[in-house]
Amino acid sequence: MKKNVSFRLGKLSFLINKRSFITTVGLTLLIILLMIVSLGIGQMKISPIHVVKAIFSASTDMENLVVQSFRMPRILLSILAGAALAMSGAILQGIIRNPLASPDIIGITGGASFTTVAFLALYSDRSNTLTLSIHWLPLASFIGAVVIGFLVYFLAWKNGGIAPIRLVLIGVGVSAAVQALTTMMMLLGPIFTASRANIWITGSVNGTNWTEVATLAPWILFLTFILFVYSRRLNMHDLGEELVTNAGGFVQKDRFILLLLSTALAGGAVAFAGGVGFVGLMAPHMARRLVGSSYGVLLPVSALLGGTIVLVADLIARTAFAPLEVPVGVFTSAIGAPYFIYLLFKSRNK
Amino acid sequence: MIKSNANKIIVLTIGVLLVVFLMWASTIFGLTKVTTQTLVNSIYHFDGSNEHIIIQQARIPRALIAAAVGGSLAIAGAIMQGLTNNPLASPSLFGVNAGASFLVVVGISFLGFTSSGSFTWLAFAGAAVSSIIVYVLGSMGRDGITPIKITLAGAAIAALFSSLTQGILTLNESALDQVLFWLAGSVQGRDLDVLIGVLPYLILGWLASIFIGKQMNVLTMGEDIAKGLGQKTLLIKIVGAIIVVLLAGGSVAIAGPIGFIGIVIPHISRWFVGIDYRWIIPYSGLLGAMLLLMADIAARYIIMPAEVPVGVMTAFIGVPFFIYIARRGINE
Repeated sequence: MKKNVSFRLGKLSFLINKRSFITTVGLTLLIILLMIVSLGIGQMKISPIHVVKAIFSASTDMENLVVQSFRMPRILLSILAGAALAMSGAILQGIIRNPLASPDIIGITGGASFTTVAFLALYSDRSNTLTLSIHWLPLASFIGAVVIGFLVYFLAWKNGGIAPIRLVLIGVGVSAAVQALTTMMMLLGPIFTASRANIWITGSVNGTNWTEVATLAPWILFLTFILFVYSRRLNMHDLGEELVTNAGGFVQKDRFILLLLSTALAGGAVAFAGGVGFVGLMAPHMARRLVGSSYGVLLPVSALLGGTIVLVADLIARTAFAPLEVPVGVFTSAIGAPYFIYLLFKSRNK
Repeated sequence: MIKSNANKIIVLTIGVLLVVFLMWASTIFGLTKVTTQTLVNSIYHFDGSNEHIIIQQARIPRALIAAAVGGSLAIAGAIMQGLTNNPLASPSLFGVNAGASFLVVVGISFLGFTSSGSFTWLAFAGAAVSSIIVYVLGSMGRDGITPIKITLAGAAIAALFSSLTQGILTLNESALDQVLFWLAGSVQGRDLDVLIGVLPYLILGWLASIFIGKQMNVLTMGEDIAKGLGQKTLLIKIVGAIIVVLLAGGSVAIAGPIGFIGIVIPHISRWFVGIDYRWIIPYSGLLGAMLLLMADIAARYIIMPAEVPVGVMTAFIGVPFFIYIARRGINE
């Protein structure tokens, strides 16, 4: 049996690895299945058949309302955010060439947390109502992610380039600084803001509406498209600086663009779902296990896995302690941190 | 760098005087300014007036706590940098503070602890657990401890514990209210009793750290050389780790996680006295006390009448320094 199948359509042609293809299709089906399950579970239980009916029907009974207006946007947002974080982590692991890199560790998530908390603290008045529309919040956190991403980038720049180790170390330092700033902002605002900010920092998709999904989706899709054009380059970076130069690539220019993409993806996800931790670390690793390290397939598989992780974590978060809702980030960290320790253990001789 | 031992002792004495001076300044300056005369009177002829109460209940504990915590964190940092051979090592970045905070928050939310005195053991336990995890993770593998491995392990453990802490706090708003200021790291509003409760452990740590200096010098030459010279390296590492846990855990129990003192101060000490740990450790203690006292005084004036948590101040001072070291290169 052949390992690869070639696909040709006029001038466009590429090889499809059977295993990757099967994995991708399998994961897509898994996500759809999980979506249907997740749509049905909650305070109001709906059978899978009714869920499918409710998705496609236009009637206005209770089941439809719950599925279409409450659960659907939340689930879609979980998937989008998970996918974005996973791709962001995959890129970072490619450029930093360290399997332990992720948007949380180099400070991108921290930057977004800071601007979000600052927004909540500075724009609420004494009666705890926001003086500015909440719709600006994603913009604020996005700006935070990008600004901190670039701050780390420029501080790590030395002798005409970015050394991956320096990038990580400076990321760790800068995230400590923004964490201090975040705490200060939480103290400056009223306690109501503090607890709301705290939920956001931990990461939560509670109360998502369609507008949020509609804002995030095009953004993620657009970035994903650009990313696929760049995935070829990412493959070279994974092999080392010298190889990139020998193969005619531009090390620093590529790193800049890839880092920009990574930050934009993580920023978008964090802006809507908050600081959901460890997804950007876990998903790419699992994907590498499944399909190897060629970014052409690694990226979509990471994205699918990232979406699955957040979807499942949110399902647990909203049902396990019902009626209490735990922020989804608590669960991703609870799975992610032991996984991280396992990775550290595995990579001990590298 | 100061060369002769006599001069080092002179500078050390000046350091002690400076710490005393800063403690005096810490009791004098603030929203309510008091005179030295009132300070003396409040000690010898306490009359229950507002100013006297402020001095007795707020200012003096605060000055003492700042000095003790600052010194302890700096010494803990110096020992960590020596043990791990990593200039970026410090209690905050290696997750020791985060581990201690996590268990304290668990104590408050689930075990119903309210008095700061009961935090102490939890903070020690948390500091111990997280430093063991980070050390084991960072030293696994053939090439032993490498700076990048242990820094990443530290960052990950810190991230893990802080996200778990946040998770607990989202479920328990009253606990959030109670611990938020503590979590930012502050020496304000702490009872003297808390300090007195922890002080025996801190003193034990200080004394042990002075005696371990000579052994640290041998150890920093490299594990193989140290073993060749007949040192029981494992024993020294364990003693060093216990000191770190006592000092960092004790500090967190009193003041919450205050970052960056442990990373900045040992470097400044090295600038004064070179690479000899017998000197670095006492110098770190004094300089750490000075830094925290100064940061705490400054924290009162920045957004008067409110106060910036001193942990935020030390982060402002420490991060540029950290970035400078990271840029200079960790292997030089």
